[in-house]
Amino acid sequence: MTTISTDTPTVVGAPGTPRLTQLDALESEGIHVMREVAGEFERPVLLFSGGKDSIVMLHLARKAFWPAPVPFPVMHVDTGHNFPEVIEYRDRTVAELGLRLVVASVQDAIDDGRVVERPGGSRNPLQTVPLLDAITAHRFDAVFGGGRRDEEKARAKERMFSLRDEFGQWDPRRQRPELWDLYNGRHKQGEHVRVFPLSNWTELDVWRYIEREGIDLPDIYFTHERDVFARDGMWLTAGSWGGPRPDEHVERRHVRYRTVGDMSCTGAVDSTAADVADVIAEVAASRLTERGATRADDRASEAAMEDRKREGYF
Amino acid sequence: MGTHAPAGLAQPAPSDVTAVVDLDDHTQRDLLRLATAGSVDDGKSTLIGRLLYDTKSVLADQLSAVERATAARGGGGAGVDLALLTDGLRAEREQGITIDVAYRYFSTARRAFVLADTPGHVQYTRNMVTGASTAELAIVLVDARKGVLEQTRRHAALTALLGVPNVVLAVNKMDLVGFDEATFRSIAREFADYAHVLGLPAVHAVPLSALDGDNVVDRSVRAPWYDGPTLLELLESVPVARDASTEPLRLPVQYVIRPRTPEHPDYRGYAGKVASGVVRVGDELRVLPSGRTSRVVALDTFDGPLEAADAPRSVTVRLADDLDVARGDVLVPAAEHVATGQDLVGTVCWLTERRSVPGARVLVRVGTRTVRGLLREVDARLDVDTLTVEQWDPVDTLHTIDATDTSTEAAPRSLGLNAIGRARLRLAEPVVLDDYATHRRTGGFLVVDPADGSTLAAGLIGPTLLDRLAPVRANERDDDWLAGAGI
Repeated sequence: MTTISTDTPTVVGAPGTPRLTQLDALESEGIHVMREVAGEFERPVLLFSGGKDSIVMLHLARKAFWPAPVPFPVMHVDTGHNFPEVIEYRDRTVAELGLRLVVASVQDAIDDGRVVERPGGSRNPLQTVPLLDAITAHRFDAVFGGGRRDEEKARAKERMFSLRDEFGQWDPRRQRPELWDLYNGRHKQGEHVRVFPLSNWTELDVWRYIEREGIDLPDIYFTHERDVFARDGMWLTAGSWGGPRPDEHVERRHVRYRTVGDMSCTGAVDSTAADVADVIAEVAASRLTERGATRADDRASEAAMEDRKREGYF
Repeated sequence: MGTHAPAGLAQPAPSDVTAVVDLDDHTQRDLLRLATAGSVDDGKSTLIGRLLYDTKSVLADQLSAVERATAARGGGGAGVDLALLTDGLRAEREQGITIDVAYRYFSTARRAFVLADTPGHVQYTRNMVTGASTAELAIVLVDARKGVLEQTRRHAALTALLGVPNVVLAVNKMDLVGFDEATFRSIAREFADYAHVLGLPAVHAVPLSALDGDNVVDRSVRAPWYDGPTLLELLESVPVARDASTEPLRLPVQYVIRPRTPEHPDYRGYAGKVASGVVRVGDELRVLPSGRTSRVVALDTFDGPLEAADAPRSVTVRLADDLDVARGDVLVPAAEHVATGQDLVGTVCWLTERRSVPGARVLVRVGTRTVRGLLREVDARLDVDTLTVEQWDPVDTLHTIDATDTSTEAAPRSLGLNAIGRARLRLAEPVVLDDYATHRRTGGFLVVDPADGSTLAAGLIGPTLLDRLAPVRANERDDDWLAGAGI
């Protein structure tokens, strides 16, 4: 039998020692969900954007299957309007861990006419078509997403295992009851299941976990100087994606990002937070949710997220 | 950017409860999962909104969105509608009811909470079952003007059935009965009597007003006769988990880890989450259902080896002997006698509109194991309003019922949506048959439709509430239970 480690074993949770903390419990639940998917599905894939939630998911996946490598590929839905720092992080991580990367490209979908660019310039809603096309082309039957129920009220209704029909649609009235930790991943041919191992995490949990585990993140999560302009109460990055308009003025500010997404709709916040501890203090004191602060597309209507999820968006 | 209290809401009184943020304490904080239950319009969404608001878990943009939504509905005169914080779906806001279970998160310095916000409407009782299955505590909500209703009893019965270890009765809308002590006492007594019949643990009743915030997070000055804890104080003080070291070990195997890499050519580990009890290096374990035994030589994690791991930690177990262990097997103490078998009798909550069909071929999921099964018969049905059990004569339905005919007439002893009954199933392979009453983490099962994968029923192995209640012969009843409310 192979020897794995010569470290001194640690006693955890046995009588007389502290029981699992909140972060331990969330981590254990996430690992459990990952292993369920690997045990039940033929072709899982993990959505990896280079954002903090998907980075934490990947970290859980490494823990779940260690000492074996992560037994599924990762997929990035590339809007074509990415932050270069994030693409660099993505490619470096994939190389370091020996992962297989599938890229679903919004630009390709625009070029071959499957989707049409929107007047507002936001490519975020355009991700749905290339995502579903890639799921079909690669016959993925389980798709891990980093969605958290605390993000948005439609997401609060999401199950850990969320069945999508052959059109990728989510029907909140037809969700399967989810009992104990018996996750039912049965599906028909052509259907797939979206799996959300971070469902029960909050933004602060994610940051505290990143701190505890010493997880590396793209630089844009920390303060830096950037050319930005104001639109709809957010700081957007000037760039080839289409901003600023003639009436919008670029200025150089100290900012950081709370979420990572399409440049056209992901706003930066004024910040001096230089490391994870600073970010935790800032998030803990913030009176705005991360989506409220930095996502333009969720403000469109009271049910913007619900409507997009019904169409197959994450 | 300071937040302000919504117009019309009482400004929360100073509280000794430290809200959301405590940067020093979170590493010691544990996690409590709870579920709410209550009838339509009893103010459940408002109570949750109040809990979130008074623990300062509502952020400014969420609050302003709710203010806008309140104003758009012509409200605003009476203050912000806190219920709009939780009813997230379009149809829910349109109809003013909660359709589907939602999960909310809030925390104090002492504890983080995952709250399953379950619908009160009879049509969605299955979601109450969903929320209660993992809950360590249930809040049963009652409108002080209406008292204990059919739906209150139904939810209390489900709470008892699912073995939720802690129950709090929240008597809401006390402001509308002038904080009358006698009204509160009478409701609490009626509920306590009912809870006793159900075998529920001790129930703590709290008089409160979710609308105004009395006794939710902050103590009310309007009910001086009540000297018990506030709702939040109760939530912070109930024990989260039983002592894992005294529970028998159950470790359902999820996945076999075999790297086959140059570093680990022969590694073989059994990955799973400890469902109950503790596993230690050196333990003699039995692999069920095969029955073979071996010894734990290592408990591996990414972060290094462990000497012991307790529920609900995810670990990877290595055994001394090269046994054939696969997903679906369960590791248990070698010295303990654990029941296994192919005949499963249990209480089922029917979760779909399609009625149960005697003789139906189904899939049964127990732990990490899924086996083919036959739904032989349903021989009893629980009336949660009267707490009586309709007992049906045993008939070998396999040979008398045409399983392809799903019309009501052809299914005289079947269960419809939200019905609770006792089912007998025959399984193609043996499984671990833990009694749900003593093994809440491993005694549950799912009945799944093999055709489309939908979850037909949630089941509890072994004698449960149904067997403790007095049976009533089917022919002694003159009402047609098929036409029962919502069934």
